[in-house]
Amino acid sequence: MDDFYIYTDHMSVGYNGRPLIRDIEIKVRRGEILTLIGPNGAGKSTILKSMTRQLALLGGTVYLEQKNMQGMSDKELSRRLSVVMTERIQPELMTCEDVVAAGRYPYTGRLGILSDNDRKVVRESMELVHALDLRDCDFTQISDGQRQRILLAKAICQEPEIIILDEPTSFLDIRHKLELLAILKKLVCKKQIAVIMSLHELDLAQKVSDMVICVHGDKIDKYGTPEEIFTDSYIRTLYGLTSGSYNADFGCLEMERPHGKPEIFVIGGNGSGIAQYRRLARSGIPFAAGILHKNDIDYKVAKALAEEVIAEEPFELIRDQTYQSALVVMKSCHQVLCCLQEFGTLNQKNRELLEAAERAELKAETL
Amino acid sequence: MKHKAYIRYQISFLLLMILLAVLFFWNINSGSIHLSLSEVYNIIVHRTGGETAYNIIWEIRLPRILAAIILGGALSVSGFLLQTFFNNPIAGPFVLGISSGAKLVVSLVMIYLLGKGLVAGSQVLILAAFAGSMISMGFILLISRKVKSMSMLVIGGVMIGYICSAITDFVVTFADDSNIVNLHDWSMGSFSGMSWENISVMAGAVFTALAITFLMSKPIGAYQLGEVYARNMGVNIRVFRVQLILLSSILSACVTAFAGPISFVGIAVPHLIKSLLKTAKPILVIPACFLGGAVFCLFCDMIARTVFAPTELSISSVTAVFGAPVVIYALFTKNARRANIG
Repeated sequence: MDDFYIYTDHMSVGYNGRPLIRDIEIKVRRGEILTLIGPNGAGKSTILKSMTRQLALLGGTVYLEQKNMQGMSDKELSRRLSVVMTERIQPELMTCEDVVAAGRYPYTGRLGILSDNDRKVVRESMELVHALDLRDCDFTQISDGQRQRILLAKAICQEPEIIILDEPTSFLDIRHKLELLAILKKLVCKKQIAVIMSLHELDLAQKVSDMVICVHGDKIDKYGTPEEIFTDSYIRTLYGLTSGSYNADFGCLEMERPHGKPEIFVIGGNGSGIAQYRRLARSGIPFAAGILHKNDIDYKVAKALAEEVIAEEPFELIRDQTYQSALVVMKSCHQVLCCLQEFGTLNQKNRELLEAAERAELKAETL
Repeated sequence: MKHKAYIRYQISFLLLMILLAVLFFWNINSGSIHLSLSEVYNIIVHRTGGETAYNIIWEIRLPRILAAIILGGALSVSGFLLQTFFNNPIAGPFVLGISSGAKLVVSLVMIYLLGKGLVAGSQVLILAAFAGSMISMGFILLISRKVKSMSMLVIGGVMIGYICSAITDFVVTFADDSNIVNLHDWSMGSFSGMSWENISVMAGAVFTALAITFLMSKPIGAYQLGEVYARNMGVNIRVFRVQLILLSSILSACVTAFAGPISFVGIAVPHLIKSLLKTAKPILVIPACFLGGAVFCLFCDMIARTVFAPTELSISSVTAVFGAPVVIYALFTKNARRANIG
């Protein structure tokens, strides 16, 4: 346990003395990002609030550098740990600089007057989050994205060894989500700070985290690297997906597939089919997709959306057997949609399929 | 930008002090007997002059002015603390029923003691008012746990105020005739009839509470960012909340004990001061609120005793005339609009 900056030993958390999640083991090194994922109401915030002493622990211990956190004074803890929480704050008549400067609280004297060094740290923190130009703006007047950056600057200004963030990217647009996480990542490397946060954006969690913890109902369901956690089937179980599906490689969600006998046969491959699959699914038209290699980018989306997918093994020429089964499915549809402009060696059979469709006087359309 | 802000702070404080000085002289000079500036100067500094004039200045006008300054300042600082505590721009000792609670207990104590042929001393009055404030405060805290909406909290406070006032009226009605006159004047709110003993006790209590409040500027500032962040910055929230409640109750109890319930000062003055300074930093707002409250009450008291002289208005009617529009304005400004959201 020596190299972990923060770790918990059989931590139990909950409200009003009733444990919600028991035996939580969380370990983070300096310079690492640990992300909590899990469905709404699973208890991510409860864990974070307990680790920041906003909520009393219901069992177990939290150690910061081998020291029991419960025994630390408020002042000592505030110099080690800072937070960015979801509570909306509306401070009256405070500029962004005032908000960031509030982070110097543990370091200033009785009346809280800032020294030259304090001012320097405030300035550096604001530069780090690219918000120096906001210094004189009223905090209540800025956008959500700017607000999160200012709150992060406040957390940095506290010169902590660990920052705990509760859903820091919620309500932000994609640009600001990326920007905030990029700043965080840079900060972690540069200052060797440990970070624990909760995220709803699985795609981002997968890319930014060193370790991921999955919180599910009354337990920690899984704890591992993003590679171990982010598989299609696990995420589906964790979030209890019933309609639609999650694609862990792309980090994207697909809507529910239209059920029924396929009406349209889509010939695709190499990414050409994805837009059509989604269009048909959106219109509620059941369709079949083929002939796709299992390593084709279209294959994953077709798998999620098409009623039937005729596929070939990776890197193989399309075999006659596969072609024949595609032909049967195609002839049961009343329309064929070809998304391919050109055919190569591996998918010559798709050209034959299109020609067969024209011969059979199926309504064939090439996009 | 920083430089500009500092100039603004300096000018604001200078302005408040000049206003205070001007109103001080104006007040000491207005009334049934008119005195020249040099006469006033001689009476105050050299303690010479005609006996009547001397007595009017030293026994009537000066104690009254000092009471208006000390109590006005205390009231607006108390309002500022309550606004911070409840994160509600329209909170104040009067609106939340805290003044009325103090009034109720003070009248009960007064009537009880008068019935025994005793007159309540300054300390007894303060203690009674403090007990009353804490009772109302207890109810307000219970309400604030149940309701999260700021306007509901204020409505709850107003109701507590009405209940306390109704009981006070009831008690006063059944008190001995001889007691009523005294009690009636006081329960309407007035800075008149202060003795030097009153002044020294109120000054002791108010200035002690103010000094402690000023030393708490730093945690109050952190608390303005909300409980979560304040705790993360190392503020012991539980202790801090108790301190804030005790201080605001002591300050408003002093006012009610000596001058009766005074409306609107607690909301209007902090609002005006924050608009003047363009900041809510407690280290600046607390002293400025004290000065502002003093100026506001001196001004209102002068109007109360001069406009319809020799009839005196109750101080609350005057503070309401000038304070209520400010509160209404505060309700419509951007910062206050969030009062209705939560």
